[in-house]
This record gives sequence, C-alpha cells and structure tokens, in this order.
Amino acid sequence: MKKLLFFLTAILMAYHTYTQNIEVCGTCSVPTLKKAISIAKDFDTILVKKGTYKEHDILVNKPLTIIGKNYPVIDGEQKGEIITVTSDNVTIDGLFIINVGTSYTEDYAAIRVRKSKNFVIQNLVLEKLFFGIYLEKSRDGKVFHNKIIGDAIEEYNSGNGIQLWYSKNIEIEHNFIQHVRDGIYLEFSDDCLIKNNVSANNLRYGLHFMFSNNDIYQDNIFEKNGAGVAVMFSKKIKMLNNIFKENWGTASYGMLLKEINDAEIMGNTFEENTIGINIEGSNRIVYKNNNFINNGWAVKVRGACYTNSFIENNFLYNSFDISYNSKINDNVFNKNYWTSYTGYDLDKDGIGDVPYRPVKLFSYIVNRTPETIILLRSLFIDIIDFSEKVSPVFTPDNLLDKNPLIKRITW
Amino acid sequence: MVSIENLHKKFNKNVVLSGVDLNISEGGIFAILGPNGSGKTTLIKSILGMVIPNKGTINVLGKNIKNSASYRHEIDYLPQIANFPNNLKVKELIKMIKDLRENTNEDQRLIELFTLQPFLDKKLGNLSGGTKQKVNLVLTFMFNSPLIILDEPTTGLDPISLIRLKDLIQAEKAKGKTILITSHIMSFVEEVSDEIVFLLEGQIYFRGSILELKNKTNQPDFEHAIASILT
Amino acid sequence: MLKILKYSFFDLMRSRWSYVYFAFYLLLGVVLLFLNNDLSKAVITLMNIIIVLVPLIGTIFGVMYYYNSKEFTELLLAQPLKRSSIFLGQYLGVAISLSMSLILGLGIPFIAYGLFKSNAIWDFSLLLVTGTFLTLIFTALAFNIALNNENKIKGFGYAILLWLFLAIIYDGLFLMSLVLFEDYPLDKLSLIGSMLNPIDLSRTLILLKLDISALLGYTGAVFKKFFGTNFGFIISFIILTIWVIFPVLRIVLKSKKKDF
Repeated sequence: MKKLLFFLTAILMAYHTYTQNIEVCGTCSVPTLKKAISIAKDFDTILVKKGTYKEHDILVNKPLTIIGKNYPVIDGEQKGEIITVTSDNVTIDGLFIINVGTSYTEDYAAIRVRKSKNFVIQNLVLEKLFFGIYLEKSRDGKVFHNKIIGDAIEEYNSGNGIQLWYSKNIEIEHNFIQHVRDGIYLEFSDDCLIKNNVSANNLRYGLHFMFSNNDIYQDNIFEKNGAGVAVMFSKKIKMLNNIFKENWGTASYGMLLKEINDAEIMGNTFEENTIGINIEGSNRIVYKNNNFINNGWAVKVRGACYTNSFIENNFLYNSFDISYNSKINDNVFNKNYWTSYTGYDLDKDGIGDVPYRPVKLFSYIVNRTPETIILLRSLFIDIIDFSEKVSPVFTPDNLLDKNPLIKRITW
Repeated sequence: MVSIENLHKKFNKNVVLSGVDLNISEGGIFAILGPNGSGKTTLIKSILGMVIPNKGTINVLGKNIKNSASYRHEIDYLPQIANFPNNLKVKELIKMIKDLRENTNEDQRLIELFTLQPFLDKKLGNLSGGTKQKVNLVLTFMFNSPLIILDEPTTGLDPISLIRLKDLIQAEKAKGKTILITSHIMSFVEEVSDEIVFLLEGQIYFRGSILELKNKTNQPDFEHAIASILT
Repeated sequence: MLKILKYSFFDLMRSRWSYVYFAFYLLLGVVLLFLNNDLSKAVITLMNIIIVLVPLIGTIFGVMYYYNSKEFTELLLAQPLKRSSIFLGQYLGVAISLSMSLILGLGIPFIAYGLFKSNAIWDFSLLLVTGTFLTLIFTALAFNIALNNENKIKGFGYAILLWLFLAIIYDGLFLMSLVLFEDYPLDKLSLIGSMLNPIDLSRTLILLKLDISALLGYTGAVFKKFFGTNFGFIISFIILTIWVIFPVLRIVLKSKKKDF
C-alpha cells in the first residue's frame, strides 16, 4: 500500500512540473542525498532539509541543483570523499559538510568537481576537512561565499582549502578560508579570477600559484599565514589591491615571487610582514602604488631579477626598504616615497633634490650573516650605513631612486 | 685624647709619614708644625679618617678609629681651604651641617661674632676668601666637641676676626678641650699654643713647649728656633 | 645616606644642567610627537636617541658632579658620616635627578598627547625603565672612573672613552666577530654578546618589543626562545640590575680605601 502511494505521488509530481523538486529529510521518504540523486532526473532540484546526513562518496553524475535549507549537515564520518561532481551544470548550495576522510595516498575533498563545466559551488560551510573544494580539469565554474575552516596542524597531513588543478576560467569570490595548508591553490590553472576572499591563519600559503598563467587576484586579504602568497613559475598574473598582513616568522613573507614574468603588482598593501615581497628570478614586473608599511624587509631581491620597475610606491617605516644580495642592478626605482629619506627639496617641486639609496650596507651584512640583525639600530650600524650611503662600496651604486618624493603618495 | 702608634703613610712612592708616635693628652692647645710637605695635613687627615694609613693605629678617645665614623661626633674640624658647594647659600650650608650632625644654637652667636649676617642669603660661590673662612669657622665652632682640629685657621682673616678667633680658641681651651692647630704664622702659634709638635721628613722631630724648643736650639725667639731646626 | 641623597638631589635640581637636560627631553618629546603624529613611531626614534644619549649624559654628568662636588665631599668626610653613605648618597642624588629629568621630560609631552589611551604605553614604559637603568649604570661607572682618577682631564677622557667603547666600538667588534665566525653557529655568541653590554642589552630589549617581526623572523631558534619569553625578559632585567650593583659595590669598596 505504501509503495503504491509513493508511486502515485511520484507520478503525480512528474506530471505536475517539468523539473521536479525532491525533498530530502531524515523522516521523509527520501532520507538520503544519495537516494535523491539516484531518483532525480536531469536538471532537477534537490532540497535538503535541516538535519544530519551521514553520507560519503556521494556521486553527482547528472546536472542537478542541490540546495540545503538551514544548513543541513553532511557528515562524512572521516570515511573518504564526500561529494564528487562529474556532470556539467551542477549547483551545490547551502550545505554544511564535515568530517572528510584523511589519507596519505588520495586527496579526499569535501567537494570534488571532476572534468565538469558551468558549475556553481556556493554558500557552503566546510569543517573538519582534508581538502575543501577540489576542482580537477574543470572549467567555467564559480566558487562563491564559502566558509572553509580547517584544523590543520602539520603540513604533511593537511590539505588545501580550494584547489584548482588543470582548471580554466574559474571565479573564486568572497570565500573565507582559514586553518588549512594552502588557502587557495592553483596548479596549471589559467584565466581565473580570485576576488574579495579572506585567507588567514593557514599553515603554508594564503594563496599559491604554480604554473598558472593569466590569472587575476584582487581585493583579497591575506593575514597571518605561514607565508602570505606564493606565486611561482607563472606568467602574466595581475595582483591588484590585495592586503598582505602580519605574515611573520622565520623566512616568512607577504608575497613570494619565484620565476614570475610580466606580472603587474598594483595597489597592494604589505603591512607588518617579516619580508614584504621576496623576489627570485622574476622579470619585467611592474610594482606601482603599493604601500609597504612596517615590514622587516619591504622588498628582498634574491638575484636574477631584471627589468623590474618600482614606481610610485610608499615605503613607510620598514626596518629595511630594499635588500640586494648582488652588486648588479637592472631594476628601476622611481618616484617612490621613502620615510627614511633624509634629503631636502629646495625647489619645492615635491621631489627630493638628492637621490635616495634604498639599500643599506647593514642589509647586505645581514644577508651574509643573519645573526648580525641583533645589532639593528645600533649607533655603529648607523655610522657604517651612513658611510656606505656617501660612497657605496658593497651595494650596487646605480641602485637609487633619483626622484624620491617628499610627501606620501595617495591614489 | 688622641694616641697614634707607628703611623706610616705613603702616596704612591712618596713617603709622607714614616713611623709617627704621638700621644696627645686631654686639654690644651697643640700646634703641629713642620715645613711644607712634612706631613702635617696628612697627619691631621689620618686622625680624621680622611686618609687611610698604610700601617699603624690611631685611637681617639680610647677607641680605634679604623672603619668607624661615629667617633667624628667628638671632633670639630676646620679644613684648610674653605671650598664649599657654590650654589648653596650660607644659611643653607649651616642648616645642612646642623642637619647632618646635631642641632645647636651656637651658630647665632658665632654669626654675630664674625658679623656674617649680611652674607647669610648669599651663595657661597660669591663670597670672598676671608668671608668663606669665617663661615668655615662658624661651622667648626658651633658644635661642642671635646677635640677641635684647625688646619690653617688664620688664612684670609682680617685683624679683628683674628682677635676674635684667638679669643674663641682660648675660650674653648678654658672649657678643657683639646685643640690641634697647624699654621704657618709663627707669631700666632707662639701666642696660642701650649705645646708644639714638630714634624720633619715624616717623623716627629721635636715635641714640647716653646720654651723647651728655644732652650734646645739655643735661640732667643721662636721663629729663629724653628729656622735653626730646618737648616 | 638619605640626608646626603636629599642634599645632592636638591643641589642638582637647582643647577641649570638639570633644567637643560629636562628641557632637552621635553623638547624632544614635543617635537617627535607633533611632527610625527604617530606615537609608536615616536617611540622608535626615541629609542635611538635614548640608547645613545642617556649613557653619554649619565657618564659626563656623573664625572662632572664628582669633580665639582669635591669640596662638598671633603666637608662631609670630616663629619661623622660613613663614607659609603656619602658616596652612595651622592651617586643616588645624581642618578635619581637625571632619571627624573628623563622621565618627566619625556613623560609630560607623551601624557599630554594621550599616552594612556594608546597601546604604545607598554613600549613607552619599557623605554623609560631601560633609560633609567642606563642612567643608573652609567652614573655608577662614571663615579668609579672619577674615584680612580684625581686628574679631572684624565677622568673625563676615560669617561668619554668608556662611552665610545660601549656605544660604538663594542658593536663594531661584535659585528666583526660575527662576520668573521659566520661559518659557526652564532646564536649563542650573539646572545652573549648582546647581554654583556648594557647598551646592547637595552637596545635588544626595546627592539624586541618594537621591531619584533624583523628580528624574530630572521635569527635562530635560541634567540626566539630567549628574548621571546618572559624568562628572557626577566634574565635581561637581572643582568641590567647586576650592571647597576657591581659598579655601585665598587664605589663603596673603592671609597673606603681612598685618601682625600
């Protein structure tokens, strides 16, 4: 009798609308998400009511919209991956997913999108996870308004918040990610937009690029991560209006650039990082209108960096503005404002009449023997810095800002 | 009153006192004499504990003075050169010394005696040498100690003040006090002292009354007697 | 001793040098605050100045006071007072009046600027505490030098040399030895090196509160462990205290044996 009733209502509903709504709840006839997916047809909407669903390995293999009402909990019980999307046009919205399984051989994720297009993943809360949202060989998707809160302690057994692998044209916006390994990780992923996210307290990087080109990240906040943002082996990345804050600790930095060419770094704020930007083997990068405030080193150049230009940036109260480890310089500094500039402006054109040398002898010594940092701000150091300023011996003598500004730049 | 045994003192290699034995009984005025550099001041400073002897013991009022400061309650000392903190006023200095030692009203009488009233509100740096010496005298005589040590008390004093000083010394003597004086003014010494101690090359060359010295040297007057020792 | 302290203190409070010193710090505080408009930045600049100037002024002032008050000292020596009380009293008189000039001179403009509402108050207090320690240390060292040298010129010479050595030359030698032995683990050497010199120790203490990111980020684990913890903080202050106690003890001992 029951079966018959169910069958009748099912037919009735199928008649009623073209796309059907399937409700899932603990006491409903469809008690699990898996069941709902299995009975759903293409382009159906599955409504998951409030409750706890102990499920994992949920395979979404047809174009469905899955919406959680009042954040139902999908508990993976640490048994493995929770949701895997293999179909195009899937939307997942409003779920609270916890307890992703941890493995040393497989990267289990709360949600994995594999070889799919046009997906939307939004308004999710992920906790107790290994990997959060894992996009694999997918394209044209959106990842919006998710909150990913991990509890990573060690790098080797933790995963990333949002990971892109061979994916293209993905928009990642307004996500909040903390306490994972890398907040957002892009590998071989091009043409992505990463905007308005907050990535904080992560073990390794707030944002990490590897072999990814033509991406833009802007208006993000990276705070208190192991090491802010790492951009490696990538081309034509635009980094705009981001805030890099309080990334400190041994070899920590706001941003690491390694083998990066033709990037644009504009309007960013680097505040209270041990190293603001650490640059290695990066060429033709334009740094413009950035604020470097209260960093240990604002910019640390580690060699093989050519034709970069630093224009109209503010260098405010950094212990060291620029550090170089070689005598060769091919980079241009022009029209920056340096708080440690002590020159004068007699003709009142807003540009200091004496060039500024941003590299101190002491920073050269510290590069060689890091322990000497203990002598920072001692009178002796001031004296040798002064003598080096007057006649450079150890630091590149063409490394100077010929037009240091007298007032802080606003834009 | 004061007994000194086998006192030795040298500054670096320069021997100043070499085995001084001296007993000074209670009451009377003793002059310590000797040529420049004979160790007069060193001897006095040793008694005061300002110079630490290399060897020997000093007893004041029967007590060994080593590592002690309280015995100086029994001594009034007039230092040789009256140099005081320059930005103190005379009044303040007197008040301070009273504060450091003990209270006394004797200072009023002494200030009047040396007519120091007009200078009370002046800073010590602005005073003449003679006036400073008068202040110095006030500071010394305002306490009532059994032992008084005066190092060149006559320096810079005008004749009237000198007479006052002599009266003062006699008055103290009359109270039964012991007074040690060094001076280069032989007439002064001859006039006030009961006994003289003559220091020569770090030792006591002569001790006795002026009469005895005259007899010993066969000289009719005191100054010549002294001169004959030195030649 | 307290009486001597009182008289030395008031004597100094009346001398124009105390006013000059006080006015200098007052002016410095005002200029820094109202030009910079940033409390924590002003504290950093102030540190640079305090680390260098306080020891210099402490030494010069200490030596100067000792020689200038020689007559006063002799006057006191003939009084029934202990030598240790005389010299400790004078020493404390100088040290306290200098410290007062420092604390009031800097404190007034900072309080007027709204220090109590700012979180720089701890940095600032630390600055004043180390400044006071440096005053105590260098005044004591100056008294030692003066007690050892009857000759004024010599005394001043040694005092300046001492300051030059601890403020500049020491750091030069320190830097050279660090660079020279860079192949060896240097954590401990640099830790000890910065502990032995009171100026370096004060600088490190303040730096760790101000530029902590740069420092902790780059040097070895020993440093982090040491200065980053309360333990290191307490040890640092103990060493500063030792730096005060030893010269003061020597003042007492030396003054007992000295002839005047």
